[in-house]
Amino acid sequence: MTTELLIWLIPFPPLLAFFLIVLFTNRNKALSHDVGVGAAALSWLGSMVVFFRAIGTEHLGEHPIEASIPWLPTGETWFRIGVLIDPLAAVVLFFVAFTIFMIFLYSVGYQNFGQPIGDHDRPGLPPHGATLVDGKGRKYMVPSVEPLYSRFFAFLGLFAFGMYTLVVSDNLLTMFVGWEIMGLCSYLLIGFWYGKESARDAAIKAFMTTRVGDVFMLMGIAYLYSATGTLSFRAIFTEEVLHVLSTTATPILGMSVAGLIALLLFIGTVGKSAQWPLHVWLPDAMEGPTPVSAMIHAATMVSAGVYAGIRMFPLLTAGWHEGAALTTTMGIVAFIGAFTALFAATIALAQNDIKRVLAYSTISQLGFMVASLGIGAYIAAVFHLITHAFFKALLFLGSGSVIHGMEHGVLHTGDHKVDPQDMFNMGGLRRKMPITFWTFLIGGFALSGFPVITAGFWSKDEILADAWANGHLAVFVTLAVAAFLTAFYTMRQITLTFLGEPRTKEAEHAQETPWTMTVPLMVLAFFAITYGWVGIPESFPVLGGILPNWFHEFVGGTLLEHPPFLEFNIVPLLTSLAVALGGLFFGWLAYRGVKSPAQDRLQIPVLKNKWYFDEAYDFLFVKPAYWFAETFVYKWMDTGLIDGILHGVGKVTAFLGSAIRNYIDKLIINEFVGDGTARLTQWLGDRLRPVQTGRIQQYMLASLGVLIVVGSLLFSLLMR
Amino acid sequence: MTILFLITAVVILASAMMVVTARNLVHAALWLVVTLFGVAVLYAMLNAGFLAVVQVVVYIGAIAILFIFAVMLTGRQAREKGPGLNRNWWAAALMGIVTFIGLAWMLQGWRGFSQFSNALPSGFESVNELGQALVSPEAYVLPFEVASILLVTALVGAVYIAFNRK
Amino acid sequence: MIPLSWYLILAAALFSIGLFGVLARRNAIAILLGVELMLNAVNINLVAFWRYLNPIQMTGQVFAIIVFAVAAAEVAVGLALVISVYRSRKTIVADELDMMKW
Repeated sequence: MTTELLIWLIPFPPLLAFFLIVLFTNRNKALSHDVGVGAAALSWLGSMVVFFRAIGTEHLGEHPIEASIPWLPTGETWFRIGVLIDPLAAVVLFFVAFTIFMIFLYSVGYQNFGQPIGDHDRPGLPPHGATLVDGKGRKYMVPSVEPLYSRFFAFLGLFAFGMYTLVVSDNLLTMFVGWEIMGLCSYLLIGFWYGKESARDAAIKAFMTTRVGDVFMLMGIAYLYSATGTLSFRAIFTEEVLHVLSTTATPILGMSVAGLIALLLFIGTVGKSAQWPLHVWLPDAMEGPTPVSAMIHAATMVSAGVYAGIRMFPLLTAGWHEGAALTTTMGIVAFIGAFTALFAATIALAQNDIKRVLAYSTISQLGFMVASLGIGAYIAAVFHLITHAFFKALLFLGSGSVIHGMEHGVLHTGDHKVDPQDMFNMGGLRRKMPITFWTFLIGGFALSGFPVITAGFWSKDEILADAWANGHLAVFVTLAVAAFLTAFYTMRQITLTFLGEPRTKEAEHAQETPWTMTVPLMVLAFFAITYGWVGIPESFPVLGGILPNWFHEFVGGTLLEHPPFLEFNIVPLLTSLAVALGGLFFGWLAYRGVKSPAQDRLQIPVLKNKWYFDEAYDFLFVKPAYWFAETFVYKWMDTGLIDGILHGVGKVTAFLGSAIRNYIDKLIINEFVGDGTARLTQWLGDRLRPVQTGRIQQYMLASLGVLIVVGSLLFSLLMR
Repeated sequence: MTILFLITAVVILASAMMVVTARNLVHAALWLVVTLFGVAVLYAMLNAGFLAVVQVVVYIGAIAILFIFAVMLTGRQAREKGPGLNRNWWAAALMGIVTFIGLAWMLQGWRGFSQFSNALPSGFESVNELGQALVSPEAYVLPFEVASILLVTALVGAVYIAFNRK
Repeated sequence: MIPLSWYLILAAALFSIGLFGVLARRNAIAILLGVELMLNAVNINLVAFWRYLNPIQMTGQVFAIIVFAVAAAEVAVGLALVISVYRSRKTIVADELDMMKW
């Protein structure tokens, strides 16, 4: 089949899985996961085929694989939607397909397929274990299967559909559609365990926060459409259009039209990728099951935000060229990215929940990518996006595996007050869960940027190199510090979780997780190591040149102008080596002896409480919104004013009614007309009755009299 | 002739007045007989000899007698001397007068009002002619027969109504 | 010679007297007497018209004979009724026969 058709078909297996599971296979857990994983596998297969065909195509950037159909009639023309696989889309498709597939497979094990139904499991709450009796008559607990198992796969399918749509689309509209579908699914999945109030709140928080970003993004899309008359990437990113947009000025902050649109679209990225100030939803989104966290916060959704930003790079950098000062928009983007990177890293230092650390880490790394975009380092941003997706997904799935193992321990000991996600309850898990340990280690090192063998090193180094080379010192320093902190807290995490001795009985009884969970870890670990090697800069000492910098060549073709190759500079390399190795070392050093939070000197309240941003937003936005809704709109406007009007109308009508009844109806119509006529008739009757005497002679007299009268009248008339 | 007419007229009217005012019903019936006689004379003066005889035979001989029988059959009331006229007699008198004046006035407006009679053609036998008229199919046999049926019906009805079922 | 008008006036007077009798008499039989007078007046009219206008044609007399028949029938039925009423109501005073009263 043609590649174009294949691309069209890629998003649909997960969508089909969604419908099939919801409509038909909901009761059958095995069938549901078969449908789900099978759909993910199909899409993965299709994506791989497309990817390999794409990289085999010469000059894919100038002649991307594309197809479109006329969809919406707009006056004289048609609004077209379609698919586009240019180099950027191809590499993104690659990692999206892999991570989605791995997450689907992982979910089978994570949601405890094959386990018995729990003792008091209810739909909407996390499963709590089932009691079994062993051969010797002893009771023991095992993990129980998730009650809403099938629904999970259905939602994951819908989510996957949204992401695939976003990646393959050739225009902003369908991209936005995919964007919004993922927003919906993140709500559904974060609130998957809807019985927990914290999960419900987190879901709403996520949706609302990203909504703020989405509104601005939609404004940007509308503005773009009105400025150019099209939303199709290939049509917008042409020399002429970009030139026009970049030279037309807007009254806002002296930005050009291109800059303003790019800024508005960027705000969407800020929301979706949880950059400051719209970062507050991501940590709370850890309420969802771990595959969801992996999906949303590593592989797909937040990556979608950065992907959108990368897509709009030509618009962002319209009117800018390498070496020039940053435009206003770029400056804002770079600032937000760098600030977020550092900000989130500081918070991650003080978190004790294994998933929270990773959440803030994600925010931080996304900050890296956004900053990279802001300074115009296109390739670096894409590179880091992909490597991050792999190792972050790996880390999240790994943490899920750890939690699963800990839950095993919790069920064993029966002490449900122990939080299986708290790192201070772990320790020594490297012996109990070796595969998880090694893959997590690889992932952690990749995150920290461990030199050469991890992909994270190559991508992070490229960002730093780009920042240094173009003289963006503030960004460089900020990112370097953030990288140091990243390595530090990562090592903290690894030390507390896996190294040392188990600190609790639950940790002692932890178990390795089944193959459906460890195989994805291994696959992702493979990529976390090797993916970096496709993008080794050719000017790198010693290692550069062994492999061609395929990534730069390939992805660079997406832009109109091939981004230049950077000259090698020793400073960024040394810096990244220093921060990575230093951070790892110091992290290990500081935490190898720590046994409890009391000994942890980084448990600073400000950091633990996320710089009090949640409280600030609550005060500034949430409470006023509630007040507005409850008091102003509900009490005053709705109940008071509108209901008041309605009651008033009702009262007036009732009054009119009773007035009419009493004065007109009763008095005039009933008494006067109704009873009056009756009385009149009666009176007349009484008066007239005596005429009928029954005496014939009187009747005759009367008739004769009348006859005479009438006769004389007639006679006189006729005789005239 | 004129004198005869005048005398007859006076007799008729006077006896008619007596008919309608006599208290004793038998008297009234007898006064009716007188009136009927006068009318018979009138018929004779009008050359309707047959009618005059029929008048006497039928009206006086049958109808007036019938009246007298009825008076007798309705008992003492007839012989009592209650008031002969009812309460509204003045209205009735007024009606009568008005009727008379009305009729007279209407009639005198007719141009043939004061004409005189023509002589009968010689050899004109009114009885013959009358007989012919009554039975000839081109003339009035049908009304004649119908009148007889009417009479029969009436008499049957009268018998039935007045029949004493004891 | 006697003008027609005398006959007509006479008949009219007789008719009026009969009318008075019908309307004013108490006794039911007396009422019927009045009716007789009226019928006779009609007959006088008929015969007078016959004689004065067209004596050749017998129409006037025939009409008068029919009137006789009708009068006889009417008297018979009327008196039968009176007798029947007398039997059931014991009265023949017209004013007392007011069953058609309301």
